[in-house]
Amino acid sequence: MTFKREDIAEKLAGVGYIADRDIATALWLMDFLKRPLLLEGEAGVGKTEVGKALAAVHRSELIRLQCYEGLDQNAALYEWNYQRQLLAIKTREGVGEDADTIEEHIFSEKYLLERPLLAAIRREKPPVLLIDEVDRADEEFEAFLLELLSDFQVSIPELRTIKATAIPRVVLTSNGTRELSDALRRRCLYHYVDFPDIDKEASIILARTPGIDTALALQVARMVAAVRKEDLRKVPGVAETLDWAATLAGLQVHDLRQEPEAVYETMICLLKTHEDRSRLTREVSGRLLNKVA
Amino acid sequence: MATRPPTVRQSTSADPAPDSCGRGNERSEPVAAPMRRRLAGFARTLRDNGFRVGLAETRDALEVLTSAAALRATSLRPALRTLFCATHSDWQRFNDIFDAFWQGRDMRTRQLLTGAPIAGHAPARRLAEAHVPGQALGAADRVERTSGGDGDSAAAGRGRREGASRTENLAATDLRHIVDPEETAAIQALAARLARAMRARLIRRQQVRRRGRRLDLRRTIHRSVSHGGTPVELRWRQRKIKPLRLVVLLDASGSMSLYTAFFVRFLHSLVEAFREAEAFVFHTRLAHVSPSLRDRDVSRAVEKLALMAQGIGGGTRIGESLATFNRWHARRVINSRTALMIVSDGYDTGEPKRLAEEMRRLRQRCRRIIWLNPLLGWRDYSPQARGMQAALPYVDLFAPAHNLESLTALEPYLARI
Repeated sequence: MTFKREDIAEKLAGVGYIADRDIATALWLMDFLKRPLLLEGEAGVGKTEVGKALAAVHRSELIRLQCYEGLDQNAALYEWNYQRQLLAIKTREGVGEDADTIEEHIFSEKYLLERPLLAAIRREKPPVLLIDEVDRADEEFEAFLLELLSDFQVSIPELRTIKATAIPRVVLTSNGTRELSDALRRRCLYHYVDFPDIDKEASIILARTPGIDTALALQVARMVAAVRKEDLRKVPGVAETLDWAATLAGLQVHDLRQEPEAVYETMICLLKTHEDRSRLTREVSGRLLNKVA
Repeated sequence: MATRPPTVRQSTSADPAPDSCGRGNERSEPVAAPMRRRLAGFARTLRDNGFRVGLAETRDALEVLTSAAALRATSLRPALRTLFCATHSDWQRFNDIFDAFWQGRDMRTRQLLTGAPIAGHAPARRLAEAHVPGQALGAADRVERTSGGDGDSAAAGRGRREGASRTENLAATDLRHIVDPEETAAIQALAARLARAMRARLIRRQQVRRRGRRLDLRRTIHRSVSHGGTPVELRWRQRKIKPLRLVVLLDASGSMSLYTAFFVRFLHSLVEAFREAEAFVFHTRLAHVSPSLRDRDVSRAVEKLALMAQGIGGGTRIGESLATFNRWHARRVINSRTALMIVSDGYDTGEPKRLAEEMRRLRQRCRRIIWLNPLLGWRDYSPQARGMQAALPYVDLFAPAHNLESLTALEPYLARI
């Protein structure tokens, strides 16, 4: 099921993801060319959300593979269930079966543990495969991933080669902590996700925070945009914005200007290091507030 | 280069690639020839600007154009951007190149000149314009701009001794005076050796081995399945060797100009020898130069960089350059196994406090900070410059770098990192 390009943004909005034209085009292109999409951008700009929203739009399963240093095939692709295999050997030996039969038995589907990548190519309906923070994985893993992404088949020596029943929609995200290989980049479509502009962020707040009014959402978005311009160690992402908006809504704040103290105190939702916290003093917060309102 | 257009055309008129996803049937009629040519031209422009656009991308682009029903003119740009870009820097430059190309101005020739991003906007571009073509790089004629004249003449005296003992003296020759190709080759060999010394070091990450220090229980049990559960073959884990990453920040300000030419070559050799190396050049601002350094043609790369390094007068703003680095590049290029090498004389026209602050941040991020100061090798020099004073507390190794000997002395230290 592929959507028209114009519809994608609308559908995404329907599941709570506010998309601009560029990302909508990228997602359409991904379906059209059947290629994986690589999303890069600062931490917290909502890259992972794209995958989740895509799954929701297509009403398909979201299979997520979180990458980390040292991630290997056993954790990502498949593994044999050793414990059960050993048990099976012992019980069958007792019955007196011969070695060949036992071997055939213990290397069957029943003892195969699916890991995300294998799961993703064995579904009837194409799922969304979200490979999160691929830059954290080792280079060797990247090479292996590349192979999987081009052939969509996996060979398990003891069993057989498993071909994809349906080609999953693949979204990769990267925070840019490591330079990805050219080969992987070339295999993928590319989109750089920026922090949303004020209007877009306000609509995100409205879509995601129940019971918040438009004026406050706009104020919050403006304020966050101003905070991002400050020289911070960790720039607050969209998730932090949403936390903050929810907090303010929960505290029954309706106008930021009226309650500078509440603004200052709740700003811990945005600032996650001691250094940043001490940098954004009461005075700075007041100054930003004046500029924003 | 000359054979490129025909190849592109050929590929575009070929059948759609055999593809598992069967999108071929979505094709309507082929794109008109002028459009095809135009697109090939655009792909070529992108390639000239350092984009990695292959035939596959061009073919996909054509396919997207073919499905005109699904694409309005307004979304051509985002579609091609998603298709042709592969990195963030591509992403940032794409729109300007797109506009320039599709609005009729062919910017190819101007771009080729420097390999730098879009005319006018980028710092690198402006630097290049400040340079008069043909002027020698490194500019030995600018001696009067350096300070600390006494040490200078002493070093010069040693280096300039002509005759039979010339080769032996090479190592001790002040780098300012190294000009001929043989000596340059020696520098490159040294850089390569340093790179090798630093390349490998142990990390905590473990790897499965046939022999090792710790038993890998999981895999041992896996192996034992074929022996009916008796662990006959043991599997072990051992520490894995991971490459050290090197990031070099080179000061290319006026006060360093005598050394710039040498260090640019040194940088090139390092980037070539290291799998993971990044190079930056700064004076009043910072420029990322590793892409230019990766140019296979050594002399072209060095020349390109020397153009960028040719400072545009004014002082050195080390603090601000480091701030730029911290804000925009550090997260990408620095990890826990990074050694940072700053090559500078420490003459900073900015605020020392700023420099100290940025150095403190850098300190938190990387494994080692090495500061190489060419002036340190001069007799009677002591690091009195305010900038140098501010930075020193955060530096792990403060070493001279005025001749090959002093650089060679670094090798044991780098190997230990």
